[in-house]
Amino acid sequence: MKPFADLLERLLYTQGRNAKIVVLADYFATRPNPERGFALAAIAGKLDFPGAKPAILRALVATRTDPELFALSYDYVGDLAEAIALIWPKAATEAPPELPDVVATLRTTPRDAIPALIATWLDTSDVSTRIALIKLITGGLRVGASLRLAKLALAQRFEVDVDHIEEIWYGLEPPYQPLFDWLEGHIARPAPGTAPVFRPPMLAHPIGDSDRAGLDWSNYRAEWKWDGIRVQLVATPSGKRLYSRSADDISATFPEIIAAMDFAAVLDGELLVIRDGIIAPFADLQQRLNRKTVTAKRRADYPVGVRLYDMLFDGAEDLRALPFDTRRARLDSWFATTQPARMDLSPQIPFHTEADLAALRDAARDEGIEGLMLKSRTSLYLAGRPKGHWWKWKRDPLSLDCVLMYAQRGHGKRSSFYSDYTFGVWTGEGKLVPIGKAYSGYTDAELLILDKWIRTHTVATYGPVREVEQGIVLEIGFDAAQRSTRHKSGIALRFPRILRLRSDKPAAEADTLATAARLIGAERSSPMDQMSPTDQMKMSQ
Amino acid sequence: MAPHPETWLQPRPEGLYCIPGGFFIDATRAVDRAIITHGHADHARSGHQHVLASAETLAIMRARLGEGRAGVTQQALAPGEMLRIGAVDVSLVPAGHVLGSCQVVMSYQGSRAVVSGDYKRHTDPTCAAFVPVACDVFVTEATFGLPVFRHPATGKEIAKLLHSMAIFPDRPHLIGAYGLGKSQRMIALLRAVGYDAPIYLHGALAKLCDLYVELGVPLGDIRSATVADKSSLRGAVVIAPPSAVADRWARRLEDPVVAVASGWMRVRQRAKASGVELPLIISDHADWDELLKTAEDVQAPEIWVTHGNEAALIYQLGKLGRRGRALSLIGYGEDADDT
Repeated sequence: MKPFADLLERLLYTQGRNAKIVVLADYFATRPNPERGFALAAIAGKLDFPGAKPAILRALVATRTDPELFALSYDYVGDLAEAIALIWPKAATEAPPELPDVVATLRTTPRDAIPALIATWLDTSDVSTRIALIKLITGGLRVGASLRLAKLALAQRFEVDVDHIEEIWYGLEPPYQPLFDWLEGHIARPAPGTAPVFRPPMLAHPIGDSDRAGLDWSNYRAEWKWDGIRVQLVATPSGKRLYSRSADDISATFPEIIAAMDFAAVLDGELLVIRDGIIAPFADLQQRLNRKTVTAKRRADYPVGVRLYDMLFDGAEDLRALPFDTRRARLDSWFATTQPARMDLSPQIPFHTEADLAALRDAARDEGIEGLMLKSRTSLYLAGRPKGHWWKWKRDPLSLDCVLMYAQRGHGKRSSFYSDYTFGVWTGEGKLVPIGKAYSGYTDAELLILDKWIRTHTVATYGPVREVEQGIVLEIGFDAAQRSTRHKSGIALRFPRILRLRSDKPAAEADTLATAARLIGAERSSPMDQMSPTDQMKMSQ
Repeated sequence: MAPHPETWLQPRPEGLYCIPGGFFIDATRAVDRAIITHGHADHARSGHQHVLASAETLAIMRARLGEGRAGVTQQALAPGEMLRIGAVDVSLVPAGHVLGSCQVVMSYQGSRAVVSGDYKRHTDPTCAAFVPVACDVFVTEATFGLPVFRHPATGKEIAKLLHSMAIFPDRPHLIGAYGLGKSQRMIALLRAVGYDAPIYLHGALAKLCDLYVELGVPLGDIRSATVADKSSLRGAVVIAPPSAVADRWARRLEDPVVAVASGWMRVRQRAKASGVELPLIISDHADWDELLKTAEDVQAPEIWVTHGNEAALIYQLGKLGRRGRALSLIGYGEDADDT
């Protein structure tokens, strides 16, 4: 348990994906089976126990410590598990239980014997092990790394393709002995079978001016780039899953999509909140994301659907090695016969010249559209971001001139720079109200200027945050402005980034909240959205 | 009957004042006569007329404050040596906090008070260990006066650092550590486990590290990080004051693992808020167990607490049958880096 607790502690503090992968890889390489398998299960969220209530722990700590001292300590520390772990009487000899023993014992111990069991473990453990134990038992264990990151760490450490791990993942159960046996070369790779596994999606490159100049437009198909989240629907005889682009299993978050997957296929599409055929702003979709469970009310308020782009498997038949036009034709005919609920097809946009598309793209200001997608008619479905097959041509960003209000240091390479900025616009009363945060878009030279200015113009500090004088105007670009009740300004910006430093502009001349409010997309639909699927079908022929 | 120390040792705005001796201890503003427990800025202020301290503390004061600002006249008192000042017998006894740190032992008409300054009981290769002296009143700090603060053995923390250096062999490890005491202790702890590569220092640490070496604390191969070229800092240990870790100074390091060595690193949210990637719980102050053990060792019926988290400590002392009293002296522990 101690090495696992140390891993959790290290992940808590480690910044950045690559550093976390290093920490995880070191753990998996140095720990034995089945411990590392259970650690992997914890990261996968598969180590669930009938949770002991925090009340049990409070009662337990009261038997071992002075209530007055505990109250003072809890007040100072703020986190119950940590306060208990820290104040618990020091171990005479440290001999913390091993993770596999903890898992096995918890599964077989009756509920009323749990408090005594916890006490015994706490008595022989160090602080970080105690925290991990308490969080594990009360169901509050958070690992500062995603499952995908753990798989990447395994792939890196054992020199296999991460997709090969993904393909067999859902056929495996904790503590994943066959996985580690295969990774270490003792056995052949377990068969993926018909498990509903994730397939790496094909991604597009942003198109630049020079790319467009060299393009043979007649070889490309155009579609709208819908502003939701890219998903993969996997339905096989042995199960149904909805995956995000980064391979996270989000099935539980969108049960209505799973319910609608009454077929055997692997599909690529965009998850959107759609009301009466009209795409809602991304902010609505955010109301559904990152939830482990979802209430009926939320499902009704934010109804979701999938707009389909592509087809990877039809039944057991792998279509990925077929050209795009062929796959699309298969998707269209499959859709016509299957008629799945909560799904429609992303229509293809007829065009002849680049100018046709440029005009469409410039006119597209609907909330549901981020821009255009261009796909080569002959492109195979290739994993990753192969160049020259698919392009994304995002519409130009909206922009506002905002005043820098707060700055915070970045992480890793930017840890000594004030590189994270909160900016605001003027209210009618002449006050600044924060409207967003940006961490990117500036040049290295601009970052140096901003950092220096922030250090010499700080008016207050709040922990790591500096409040600065109202003296710097930033031109902020963003993809859309949306109404939001969660932001003080009432407006949320999508993908805000710094376009440039407006050193020419006095702060007083920055934009106002009223101006920003006018940029909130009118909630109308594009002509495409109002077409019936059949119309769309016709268009895509 | 011996007079109670509260009749002859009093908290005043300048600090604790010994009436029959006519001197202050660790006065926070310039006074005529001051005894200084140790060289940290909040205890050793400049501008006193006459300063009495250990020879090491006097040397540290001269190095930090400059010749002439560390007392118009300076008098060194060796540990264990007795000196009569006015009607009081004074001696200095090691406090184990930093090099030269001492407790001030005062005996007056058969009653004895000990002012410990800052102290710790954990072993420290860079300074003499704390010596408990039986007394009627023991004056203590309470920086870590909560039962959540129990510092782990330094060996565990150094092992954590070495493990990180092993898995990130190319990244420099930048350790934020207070300039006087903690920095040198970190170096000595690394040397003690056989780490003999060069250790690179922020400019502000050079003078004090050189002084430690001069005073007989070996630190091995120490070099300036400021003049070192970037490539030689790859995978190296670099030590800087905590304030410099977040400062522009740190930019010379490529993708450093930022560590901070401090007792405050015990509480996760506090450590996380400071942006540290590798918290090292290494403190030069007594933790909860040490505070209570020391009260027991000196057998003082009365404990005065100068500064820190005194509420919990006084409560617990009361339960153990000792009277605790909060002096709430202003001006100590403000330099929160020194932990």
